[in-house]
Amino acid sequence: MAAQASRLKVSKVGVVTQVEFVDRNILDESNIQQIADELAAIVDAVPTPMIMIRFGNVQHLSSAALGALITINNRVKGKDGKLRLAEIDPQIREVFKITKLDKIFQIFDDADDAQNSFG
Amino acid sequence: MNSTESGRSSGSFVRKVELSFDRAQIEGLQSDVARELSSRKFDDGAAFAVRLAIEEAIVNGFRHGNAGDPGKTVQFECEITEDMIRVEVVDQGPGFNPEGIPDPTDEANLEVPSGRGIMLMRAYMTEVDYLPPGNRVRMIYDRSASS
Repeated sequence: MAAQASRLKVSKVGVVTQVEFVDRNILDESNIQQIADELAAIVDAVPTPMIMIRFGNVQHLSSAALGALITINNRVKGKDGKLRLAEIDPQIREVFKITKLDKIFQIFDDADDAQNSFG
Repeated sequence: MNSTESGRSSGSFVRKVELSFDRAQIEGLQSDVARELSSRKFDDGAAFAVRLAIEEAIVNGFRHGNAGDPGKTVQFECEITEDMIRVEVVDQGPGFNPEGIPDPTDEANLEVPSGRGIMLMRAYMTEVDYLPPGNRVRMIYDRSASS
């Protein structure tokens, strides 16, 4: 059976793993589950995960996608790691604000600022 | 078998469709609605709001209402006029009490992964009503109320 194509583009910048989404719309349940699994594998691969998720390509996401991000955030916190979100479209940023998830996520407009925040 | 009914009545756009939990079908529907909104000069904010609310209502219908049963369908109906969008989504479940859903913005619930769909629908649409027994949601986006 052919392997599923990754839904993430992953790169390493210093100690930080930068993640971008392949999809513009993060809505499909099976895709969200795959994204959650891939992010979990990234978190589990190192003792103290330092992860930046870049949303520059994303136009729409669902509450299920928010749920996957919360699960990953909890997982990162459980390992004393750091998770940063960056380059979020203003309309999606508003979703984080309405749901008050901007209180639990550290969100940066700019990827460089997010990168520098890891210290 | 799924059925679709489209039409225009007195200048309004009407779409009725029986959906299966199929991403391509849902995306096709969303594209049709977005195209209609654009042609009526609804702005990007309206298009984003309506798309998000429709997505959440349909997925809730399949995931929670129909309990993920792939043999069950969701009825979708919408009417678009120059001033407003009215959407109804009906699942085949027993219904539920939306007031029983915990507030996801409470401090204690912020790190709970689920339970934000209805809250987002209410935030982005002008009106959201669950009709008894709770398996039918009616949503309205009123252009004048949102400007």
